Amino acid sequence: MTEKKEIILKGIAAAPGIAIGKAYVFKKELPSVELRALDESEVAGELERLDHALAKSEKELNKILVFAEQKVGEAKAKIFEAQVMVLQDAYLLGAIRKRIREEKKNVEYVVSDEIQKYANLMHAASNEYMHERAHEIEDLKNRIVRNLQQQKLLSKLDGSPIVIAHTLTPADTMILSRNNILAYGTDVGGVTSHAALISRALKIPAVVGAGSLGLTVATGDMLILDGYSGNIIVHPTEERIIEYQRKREHFSAFEAQLAVLKDFPAITLDGKSVELSANIELTEEIDYVVLQGSQGVGLYRTETLLLGRDDVPSEEEQYREYKIIADRIYPQRVIMRTFDVGGDKLIPDMAEEKNPFLGWRGIRMMLDYPEFFKTQLRAMLRASGKNNVAVMFPMISNVQEVRKAMACFNEAKNELRARGVRFDENIQVGVMIEVPAAALMSGIIAQEVKFLSIGSNDLTQYMLAVDRGNHFVSDLYHELEPSVLHTIKFVIENGHRKNVWVGVCGEMASNPLAVPVLVGLGVDELSVVPSMLPEIKKIIRSLHYAECQRLAQTVLHFSTVSEVEECLRDYVHQHCPDIPLAGNNNVI
Amino acid sequence: MIEREVTIKNRAGLHTRPAATLVKTAARFKAEFMIFKDGMEINGKSIIGVMTLAAEFGSSLLLQFDGPDEKDALAAIVDLFDRGFDEELGITS
Repeated sequence: MTEKKEIILKGIAAAPGIAIGKAYVFKKELPSVELRALDESEVAGELERLDHALAKSEKELNKILVFAEQKVGEAKAKIFEAQVMVLQDAYLLGAIRKRIREEKKNVEYVVSDEIQKYANLMHAASNEYMHERAHEIEDLKNRIVRNLQQQKLLSKLDGSPIVIAHTLTPADTMILSRNNILAYGTDVGGVTSHAALISRALKIPAVVGAGSLGLTVATGDMLILDGYSGNIIVHPTEERIIEYQRKREHFSAFEAQLAVLKDFPAITLDGKSVELSANIELTEEIDYVVLQGSQGVGLYRTETLLLGRDDVPSEEEQYREYKIIADRIYPQRVIMRTFDVGGDKLIPDMAEEKNPFLGWRGIRMMLDYPEFFKTQLRAMLRASGKNNVAVMFPMISNVQEVRKAMACFNEAKNELRARGVRFDENIQVGVMIEVPAAALMSGIIAQEVKFLSIGSNDLTQYMLAVDRGNHFVSDLYHELEPSVLHTIKFVIENGHRKNVWVGVCGEMASNPLAVPVLVGLGVDELSVVPSMLPEIKKIIRSLHYAECQRLAQTVLHFSTVSEVEECLRDYVHQHCPDIPLAGNNNVI
Repeated sequence: MIEREVTIKNRAGLHTRPAATLVKTAARFKAEFMIFKDGMEINGKSIIGVMTLAAEFGSSLLLQFDGPDEKDALAAIVDLFDRGFDEELGITS
């Protein structure tokens, strides 16, 4: 028997943990279509799969069409209307169905072949316009094939694989995570990509940016994925597997040690307490958050309710989800953020904006869809019966937006009153501070709300003008840049001056290096990745507030991020020697 | 079966929007509807087929209708071409 040679691939540690298991190579970008001959008995099933995929594609396109009509204009939206018409093209579908029945070939193959014929004719035309049409037709073909294969994909993942992909969108990560996934490894992406965020939230180890996994790894290959160091070992030797099994035990022992802290408060040695809560995306995470000893949910990203579905959840459906979370976390509080879609979290294909991060997202989109917005607000209000729900608006850039959002909120309240539905009359409303303009105006904004929550990821990227997903510049992204720290100090002071509390709910709150500074700057709340909760609590419990205040002053005098990091590294190493500072700890 | 030759009068040609209008109009009739252009033969009730024609301003097409309501179908479709699909017309030299 020939042993395959062990290969070590180096990536970026994106979510902690060690996984040992078999690879499943997830391909999405260009679905590969293979010809398969059908048995007579399979034909009916294939035709049914075709109908499902067509219906699903049509739903997706109709949804995009509605968005497109309102946002890119009716003329451009016609492209999608034409695509919908192609999906209903009786002549084309007749030909496809006939070929499946007569040639007994699988539906993916026939759909692909038949539509590609037209695309090829368009490619052959001499003008650019027709070439564009050809790409659209190919897009449509890929959409149908993807919808055909997605059905298969979900049933296929019944083992416990390590998923390997070129890239994973947040939607992919979410949908795949409904299976029993051991770990994720991707060719591209950074520590702060949403796929990495979601893996961390789900406590699934992940390594991103590992180069060309697709070339090295095949489905079924034995893998070790080390989410602490960022290594992926393909075809590991027996000894290597034993070594990593030991390593895995060692880390779980460390975690068990942290678990002891569960019922202790997050309080410094000199008695300053910090509210330590968790960020969640899924209702399923809530039990884990409670188990980790969280003092509530500081950020519930509701937009995950929109992922992997073709329609918009109703008030009733949203209410049920929100109620589960509010009940489960009671008597602690949950801060529910209204849908923050747009940017890279947007529905597939809609990312047509040139600069999505400077585009139509967060509160901007919700204010354009007041009925949609109010539906969500009513669902949140209805879940507030136990007085433990707060509402937060994302992507605020000026005070007018806060006022408009509050007007919608008041309308939602009145609508519920008219229906005789009870809710928490004193429900707290806050906003995310993530746009530099909002940070500068935080003193004014604070007068309109009860709390400010600093979204450090977006704040950093907007402050530094660095797209954290663009690997050409992602090394310029540092949340510990003095400019960012000065801004955070400014926001906290503004909030406190107006008697509103200030939290941090971005990645920075989970960064062991940043915690002493944030505490020193007087932050009231830290909302962290659930898996990091015990570690951050341990750090807070090892600090002196008075000393942190001095540390923050020192750090704010530095002119470069390297000085800041060096100083903080020494500090954390000295005060919390147990805390591992390599790997996952967001020291980018 | 009846036939008629038409010329594209709108400046932008038979692009997506007119193609959609053409197919929607043809669908109202029972008659079979074929379009011939440069040796290509496509079904006029198939949007993907019509999109493939790449019929630019000034190019001519042969329309062929066959069925009980072929005359009405022809009249309706030819009217669309005559009106340049209600779009901006091209300048004929």
